[in-house]
Amino acid sequence: MSNSFEQAKDTGLPPALSIRGLTKHFGNKVAVDGIDLDVPAGSFYGLVGPNGAGKTTSLSMATGLLRPDAGQVWVHGVDVWSHPLESKRLMGLLPDGVRLFDRLSGEQLVSYAGLLRGMDKDTVTARVKDLLSALDLSKDAGTLVVDYSAGMTKKIALAAALIHAPKLLVLDEPFESVDPVSAANIRDILHDYVNTGGTVIVSSHVMDLVQRMCDHVAVIAGGRVLAAGTVDEVRGSQSLEEKFVDLVGGRKENTGLSWLRNS
Amino acid sequence: MVAQLVSLKLTLLRNSLKRSPWQLVGLIIGGLYGLGVLAMTLVGLAALGAGEPELIGTVLTLAGAALVLGWLIIPVVAAGLDMTLDPARFTTYAIPMKSMLTGLLLGSFIGIPGAITLLASLGTAIAWWRHPLAALVALLCGVLGAVTCIVASRAITAASTSLASSRRFKDASGIVLLVPLMFMGPIISGVSSGVGDFKEYLPALAQTVSWTPLGAVWSVPAAVAAGSYGAAGLKLLIAVASIAALTWIWRACLSRALVTPAFAGGGRKAGGKLGFFNWFPATPTGAVAARCLTYWFRDPRYSAGLLIAPLLPLIFVFAGSQAASETGGTQSLGIALGLGGALAAYLVVWSISSDISYDNTAFALHIATGVSGTADRSGRALAAAVLALPLGILYAVIGAVLAHDLGQLLATVGLVLGVVGSGLGLASVFSARFTMAVPLPGESPMKTRPGNGLSSVFIQMSGFVGLGVLVLPELILAIVAMVTGQLLYAWLALAVGIILGAVFLVVGIRKGAAVFNQRAPELLLAVSVDR
Repeated sequence: MSNSFEQAKDTGLPPALSIRGLTKHFGNKVAVDGIDLDVPAGSFYGLVGPNGAGKTTSLSMATGLLRPDAGQVWVHGVDVWSHPLESKRLMGLLPDGVRLFDRLSGEQLVSYAGLLRGMDKDTVTARVKDLLSALDLSKDAGTLVVDYSAGMTKKIALAAALIHAPKLLVLDEPFESVDPVSAANIRDILHDYVNTGGTVIVSSHVMDLVQRMCDHVAVIAGGRVLAAGTVDEVRGSQSLEEKFVDLVGGRKENTGLSWLRNS
Repeated sequence: MVAQLVSLKLTLLRNSLKRSPWQLVGLIIGGLYGLGVLAMTLVGLAALGAGEPELIGTVLTLAGAALVLGWLIIPVVAAGLDMTLDPARFTTYAIPMKSMLTGLLLGSFIGIPGAITLLASLGTAIAWWRHPLAALVALLCGVLGAVTCIVASRAITAASTSLASSRRFKDASGIVLLVPLMFMGPIISGVSSGVGDFKEYLPALAQTVSWTPLGAVWSVPAAVAAGSYGAAGLKLLIAVASIAALTWIWRACLSRALVTPAFAGGGRKAGGKLGFFNWFPATPTGAVAARCLTYWFRDPRYSAGLLIAPLLPLIFVFAGSQAASETGGTQSLGIALGLGGALAAYLVVWSISSDISYDNTAFALHIATGVSGTADRSGRALAAAVLALPLGILYAVIGAVLAHDLGQLLATVGLVLGVVGSGLGLASVFSARFTMAVPLPGESPMKTRPGNGLSSVFIQMSGFVGLGVLVLPELILAIVAMVTGQLLYAWLALAVGIILGAVFLVVGIRKGAAVFNQRAPELLLAVSVDR
């Protein structure tokens, strides 16, 4: 975490995303328990954690979809909950477990996202075309999204998040059920985006992917941040996966299912 | 394996009761209703037994055929009446087809419709209390009849999912079957008025039906009672053969369904067609309107309403035409159509009161893009107005032409404008404030969801009453104009309709937008509970 603050000082700019004391309860269950996090501008930030760790809840609160019980969020210095319109202009969002307006065709859906943001028609038309071809969806542009496969649905949602050229991209499980070729294409697009000054936050539970792709990482479990910083700082001499298991725990030490052995 | 499947169904039933006490209440109410129906049926059957064997045969054959028909049709309309044991979920367990079919068949009798059908079918033996041999045969045929019902409904469900698993078919079938249901009232009243001639026709109909798969099984005891054992044997053969054929269809479709994915989409389509997005200005409001209008035509939950709304005035006409035949002339017909137009317009505009519930979590896009409450509210209202205004005005014009009454034209147009404006205004506030349990995206429009049923009804009722209050001035003026026939009141109704409609529309959208801006994340949270 210290590294993030230093970087913020170095560039003199506010972090792309800054979270303080974010908390959410559902009934008696504490989903997110006072999270602090800084995502430096221009970083490729991975958010990892076991199932039910509070990743999606935290990201929903950070992007204005879910009202927090307590805490504050700034995107490039703009308070998300007191200046929603300004902050949402800076963010592109790919939520997980959320439906799309799937009776629209792919092309209509991405255009819709652009028009809702008040962009003019010519820009929207040109960008939709570029996005669909970059994500290899041109041939299915007129197909209804409800008829898309799971991977294609992820890709069209990503296109809808990119249309307004945001400064910060928040992607919740972007690679789930995406085929390896498309995933590689998406990674190229994201790396390009980071190299030209954009910031990306991805949540995932595929550690290898995060270790290869991201330069920063935060480990979240039980609604708390267990570790945060550059990937090398967090993992030390171990692989990210080993470090993650150390931090989160829960590995079974016994010998497993003896009857499952075939020899 | 069969026993496991049956006990699985029992376990599922028990666990669903544990989830919420309301499930238990629902089951008890359903059970009481079923028992009531059963008791009435059994008493009716016993009374029927006093009659002549021919009469008993006619009634049982027709009633039985209707029962089988019901089991065939209802599952298609209700899109999977009881899919607790959905065969698709057993794909990965290597269950032999024979055990699967038997298990599913027996499992179907656990549950209110299945159990009542079985008991009532066995109960047909009571009607033969004066003919012991026929009663004995009726017991056997009752079991066969109940099995026919279940196998038929299973076969048609399996066939409709495997033969046409395309989404387009699913979307269309639910809507198409809605239309005859709507006209059920007029049809029944028409049939019952002609029932005098119909009575003589019934025995002949029963005679024919008794040789078809629908009625054969129910007519065997009658043939036995009449002493024509040859016919009885032949009919029993038909009955058994139809069960065998239905089982074969069920088995074939099921084994196909188990190896094909549940969902097959249409072909790939290149882009270039933005549809309604080309019609509206490229602003957030225009985009919302274009999206909503697309949904009115593509989403069966909306298009079902769009199909019902224009038909509603025609049902009014049925009532009107009966009055017209007494008074003579097309005037009452015209009035019925003119007022029916306002009702049709109301149906369309009020649909948007649950717009956000229909969006479900797709609504997240509106929050993520930070679309303003004003743009969201007015876009949705615009799409509904584009549909409701021409519809209402068309009926107002047709009605006025039929009634040869200029005053009625002005008055009903004023009423339509008032209803559309006030209705959209009120619905804009309601949909920003309340979410309701509605069918999820992709579900049948006929499906009712468990949950806050009572509060949904309450919200709908208060909306209806509230709108009634808002349009009261123009409604009273329109009625006065039509009763007195004075043009002054008609012009007043038109003017008041336009002014109040416009005022309530603007106020409603503003108020709705303010609520929306404040509560958008809470709305998303509320709809994401159902998904």
